[in-house]
Amino acid sequence: MEGSSDYILRVSNLTVELQNQIILEHVNFKVKRGVTLAIVGPNGAGKTVLFRTLLNLVPYTGKIEWAPDVKIGYVPQNISVKDVPISVKEFLSYKSSSDIEPALTAVKLDTKDFQNKTLRVLSGGQLRRVLIAWALIDNPNVLLFDEPTVGVDVGGEESIFFMLNELKQKRNITMLLITHDIHLVKEYTDELLGLNKCATFFGESQRIAEPSLQQRIYGETVCLGET
Amino acid sequence: MSESLIFSLIVGASVGLAAGYLGSIMVLEKMALVGDAMSHVALPGLALGVLLGFNPLLGGFLFLFVSAILIWHISRVTKLSFETLVGAAFTLALAIGILLFKNLDALEAALFGDIAQVTVLSAGIAIAVSVAVIVLTRLIYKKIVLGLISEELAISKGISIAKTNLLYLLLVSVTVAIGIQITGTLLVGFLVVTPAAASRIISSNMSRYLALSATFGAISAISGVLLSGYFNVLPGPLVVISGVVIFVIVLLIRWRKKIES
Repeated sequence: MEGSSDYILRVSNLTVELQNQIILEHVNFKVKRGVTLAIVGPNGAGKTVLFRTLLNLVPYTGKIEWAPDVKIGYVPQNISVKDVPISVKEFLSYKSSSDIEPALTAVKLDTKDFQNKTLRVLSGGQLRRVLIAWALIDNPNVLLFDEPTVGVDVGGEESIFFMLNELKQKRNITMLLITHDIHLVKEYTDELLGLNKCATFFGESQRIAEPSLQQRIYGETVCLGET
Repeated sequence: MSESLIFSLIVGASVGLAAGYLGSIMVLEKMALVGDAMSHVALPGLALGVLLGFNPLLGGFLFLFVSAILIWHISRVTKLSFETLVGAAFTLALAIGILLFKNLDALEAALFGDIAQVTVLSAGIAIAVSVAVIVLTRLIYKKIVLGLISEELAISKGISIAKTNLLYLLLVSVTVAIGIQITGTLLVGFLVVTPAAASRIISSNMSRYLALSATFGAISAISGVLLSGYFNVLPGPLVVISGVVIFVIVLLIRWRKKIES
C-alpha cells in the first residue's frame, strides 16, 4: 500500500505566467522517493521554468508539496565562467566551505591539482561534474538536473549517465532530469513526464521507445485529461 | 616632504587599495565604464560645495550617493542596464557641473585632483572609508561573483541580487568620492578599472585576482602622488600614467610567459 511518505514531491494544478504569457498550465505529477524522473518536451515547452518553479524562484499558482525532509541539489543547464578567474575549489567553497572533498570524490574529480584548476579551462564533461559536486554539497536527497549532457562529448555522456546511476544507488537520491536524450531516458530513468506547457504524458519511461508516444510528446500538443 | 604630500600619500594608498579591490568586481561584471562614468556625477555636488561654502567633497559624495540609489531604482523599474542609465546621468552631471563652476582653478582641481587641499581630516576619512569598503566588499563579492556565474544558483542560495547590487553601487560611490581628492572626477574611474584589468590578465583564481587588483591600485596611486609632489604638477594624470605602466609591465610578463611555454 502506498503511504503519503512514499512521495517526495506532489505537484497539482501548477500554472506559471511570466510577462503575461502562460508558460505552464495545470501541470500535475508526483514523484516517489528514489525514482529517477525524466522530463522531456520540445524547446520552449517550459521544462527549465518548471525547475525554477520547483525551486521557488518564480511565482506560480497551484500546489507544490515537497516532503518535509527534502534537501534539494540543483544543477543548472548553463553557467557563465568565461570571464571569471575562479578555481574549482573557490567555486565550490561559495556554497559551503565543508564537504568539498567528498563531493568531488563522488563525481570522481578528487585530485588536489584539479581543485586548483580554473573553471574556464575545464572540458564540458568536467564542468558538468563540478556542477554535480556543487549540488551534492550539503547531501541532498533530491537532485534537479537540467540537461545533464549539454556540452559533453559522446564518450563523456555515457560516463555521466553511469555516474548518476551510481549516485542514485549509493545515496538513494531522487532525480529529476530535463533531457532531450532518448537513450538516457530509456536506459537510466524510471518515469517520464512529457511537457509542452501542460503535461502531455506521465508514466513509465520505457515507453519512450514507442513512436506514437514520441509523436505525442514532440508533436501536436494533447494535454493529459483532454483525451 | 610636505605635510599635504604625506596626507595625500595616505589618501592615495587607501583609495588605491579600496578602488582596486572593488574595481575587480566591476571588471568582471563588464561594468568598467560604469565606474568611470559614475565619477563625473560628483561634479555638480563639488561645484555646489564651492559655491555655497561647504566641503565640496561632501557635496560630491551626496550627489554620487543619491545618483546611485536613483540609478539602481530606475534600473529595477525599467529593466534598463546600469551602463545605459549611468551613461545618461554622467553627461548631464558633467554639463551642470561645468556650468556651476565659476572659478576655473576650482574646476581644474575638481577635474584632475589637487593634493594641496588634502588635510589630516581627509586622510583620516580616507583610511576609515577604505577599510569599510574593503570589509563590505569582502562580504558581498562572493554573492556578486556567484550571480555572474549563474543567477539561478545565486537565487537558489537565497542571495538577493538586487540588494547586493545596490550595496555595491553605494560602495563605488563612496570610493569614488574619496578618490576625487587625488585624481579628480575625470580620472578617478581609472583607479577602479585599470588595476583590476592588469590583475585579471595574470590571475587564475579569485584570491590572487582580488589581492593583485588592490595592490596595483595602491601602487598606481602612491607613485602618482609621489611623482606629482616631485614635479609639482597635478596628481591625477600621473596616477593614471603609473597605472598604465603597471598594466604594460603585466602585459609584457604575460607575453614573455606565453613565448616561453
